[in-house]
Amino acid sequence: MAKITSLNDLRKIKDDLQEKIRLRENAESPESMAQIKVGMATSGIASGAKEIFNFLVEELDKRNVSAVVTQTGDMGYSYAEPTIEVTLPGQDPVVFGYVTVDKADEIIEKYIRNGELIEGIIPANYKTIDD
Amino acid sequence: MATFKYHLLICGGTGCKASDSDGIITSLNKEIKEKGLENDVKVVTTGCFGFCEKGPIVKVLPDNTFYTQVTPGDAAEIIQEHIIKGRKVERLLYTDPETENHIADSKHMGFYQKQIRIALRNCGFIDPENLDEAISRDAYMALGKALTEMTPQEVIDEIKKSGLRGRGGGGFPTGLKWEFASKNEADQKYVVCNADEGDPGAFMDRSILEGDPHTVLEAMAICGYTMGADKGLIYIRAEYPLAIKRLKIAIDQAREYGLLGKNILGTDFNFDIELRYGAGAFVCGEETALIHSMEGERGEPTFKPPFPAESGYNGKPTNVNNVETFASVPVILLKGADWFSSIGTEKSKGTKVFALAGKINNVGLIEVPMGTTLREVIFEIGGGIKDGKKFKAVQTGGPSGGCLTEKHLDTPIDFDNLIAEGSMMGSGGMIVMDEDDCMVSVAKFYLDFTVEESCGKCTPCRIGNKRLYEILDKITKGEGTMEDLDNLKNLSNVIKDTALCGLGQTSPNPVLSTLDNFWDEYVAHVTDKKCPAGACTDLMNYNIIEENCVGCTACARACPVNCITGERKMPHHIDQAACIKCGTCMEKCKFNAIELI
Ligand SMILES: Cc1cc2nc3c(=O)[nH]c(=O)nc-3n(C[C@H](O)[C@H](O)[C@H](O)COP(=O)(O)O)c2cc1C
Ligand code: SF4
Ligand code: SF4
Ligand code: SF4
Ligand code: FES
Repeated sequence: MAKITSLNDLRKIKDDLQEKIRLRENAESPESMAQIKVGMATSGIASGAKEIFNFLVEELDKRNVSAVVTQTGDMGYSYAEPTIEVTLPGQDPVVFGYVTVDKADEIIEKYIRNGELIEGIIPANYKTIDD
Repeated sequence: MATFKYHLLICGGTGCKASDSDGIITSLNKEIKEKGLENDVKVVTTGCFGFCEKGPIVKVLPDNTFYTQVTPGDAAEIIQEHIIKGRKVERLLYTDPETENHIADSKHMGFYQKQIRIALRNCGFIDPENLDEAISRDAYMALGKALTEMTPQEVIDEIKKSGLRGRGGGGFPTGLKWEFASKNEADQKYVVCNADEGDPGAFMDRSILEGDPHTVLEAMAICGYTMGADKGLIYIRAEYPLAIKRLKIAIDQAREYGLLGKNILGTDFNFDIELRYGAGAFVCGEETALIHSMEGERGEPTFKPPFPAESGYNGKPTNVNNVETFASVPVILLKGADWFSSIGTEKSKGTKVFALAGKINNVGLIEVPMGTTLREVIFEIGGGIKDGKKFKAVQTGGPSGGCLTEKHLDTPIDFDNLIAEGSMMGSGGMIVMDEDDCMVSVAKFYLDFTVEESCGKCTPCRIGNKRLYEILDKITKGEGTMEDLDNLKNLSNVIKDTALCGLGQTSPNPVLSTLDNFWDEYVAHVTDKKCPAGACTDLMNYNIIEENCVGCTACARACPVNCITGERKMPHHIDQAACIKCGTCMEKCKFNAIELI
């Protein structure tokens, strides 16, 4: 490691390094950003939930969108797997079904970034996964 | 670069290491490799989470799942269930002592909800052996700001304005102390970090040094800049091997990055730090004794003035601060004095770290805003008293402090309130006592410690404390008189007024505060020869419960003084006058027929 020779240098290094702990920093205040849960029960995994999970984590990071992505067990919508639940700060959770990579892309760009409602939402007598 | 989906934080503090957190790390890494998850899961060894009693702790991020008492054998299940299948391993979750529910994540644990972490902000969050992680959390940014954008006086003014007071016990305003040291001209000055931590049961300074050593190094350098010192010394007890190891690594890394050494961050400021080891005497934590000990002299206090700021290490101006005091400094410069002073009470700003111990459910290390009440600390964060027993008292300030009771539970904790109630902040030890604790014995315990630790230089402390101890001992044996109680009080006041250093001046506090708050309990020992808490065995009698006794004669045959009589198959009887209270009979009785009352 070369010596750090100015405050600006230090700031630059910090900015580069920060990415490595962003996941941890986001987890500190999950309520202030989008929280995404990917259903990962057996049926979810079989239908490609893993791929969606990886896509979300990597793309959100690349596109600099703050969000906390976790997996969860069965969401109770096995007919619509893969499913993901998105909770925007201060809003009720919304569940999307039959999520493909394209759909996930749309969810990031439209719903998470701009709060626009898009197709694919599983409506109704909703109960959250953790209740 | 891999984008990790999970970070597994494993506590590498002294407590968790003792229960094999290293083994957990090895097993987790092995599992991760076997399952081909190296690019998905990152394992990070951190400092203490403060929840040591339930360690080893493994925390899974981003979902903040908090696993307790994990063993290396649990690694496979954590990876298979949590990471691969997204299901929490229920049996490893923390169980709320009141509701007996499993709590899924640390955000919902009462232990963490009321805490604000300033000094501990990186403990349990970063890898303390990795400077990059520290930098990503702003390490050395405050030093950079001070060196390039602020004059020494501006830094001092900011610290003064923040209201930061010394966390080592005295609560002296830190900015003011720095100013004194900066005004004293000399060719050489020193910054000293006091990491002696002698209070029994305290481990806040150790945890900071183990979990975030760079913050202390950075703050020492900032202090050096304000006073014009280029040398820092950390006085640390040799019984803290892990803290010492992490400090050494941190100092080496900081030097390598040019954050310690010459021309720091391209300025003309030079600063370097060395470690000095203490043998672990309580009195060596007192700043004049500490300085003498570093000079190779006997670790005995000397009269102040002169204060270290005038004539300290090698007779040069020296600024001594506690570890936790230093750990608060960088954040103050980055977030501003106004931010810091918005937390806390009128005269005590910011937060304080406490080590909770004794009869409390959540034993551990916590950091709360000044002004938090004892009730919040003990019942909300601490989870209440163990085994549903009744709260009796809490000792703050260690051997220098006093006990507080039920009527103090709603007192906001800060430097001045604790003193007004006859105790003190001290370094932050908090020992909780329940109905089974005898307050005379508690006072005796602390006096025993003080007598052991007194350096013997002055008479009031050397002889006076010994007398206090003897009187307390007499009372716990049922041989005390009312006159003894008067003597306790008078002698305590004399010692307080005449002892040379803080050790002697505060050592009678446990006696005075228990006399004040538990006078009836003292009187019961003296006049009724009874210990209401049932803790002083000398005041207890062994008694045979007639209904339970089957007359097996086992006790009578075992009694060394033959004071148990009774016909075979008939209830037995103990001759109390002859009984020497050895307890043998109670051990021998298989019918629960012998009680201690
Ligand atoms: C008997 C005795 C023991 C002490 N032990 C410690 C200690 O272990 N750690 C500490 O920081 N200060 C201890 N102090 C207080 C120091 O003398 C000194 O006030 C303190 O280190 C100053 O730092 P601060 O202003 O940051 O609190 C002790 C004082 C006395 C009288
Ligand atoms: S008060 Fe006690 S510890 Fe302090 S100088 Fe006197 S004898 Fe030594
Ligand atoms: S050992 Fe117990 S049961 Fe037997 S005689 Fe003694 S008191 Fe009675
Ligand atoms: S306590 Fe010891 S001395 Fe007393 S009755 Fe029991 S065995 Fe005998
Ligand atoms: S040492 Fe692990 S939680 Fe404190």
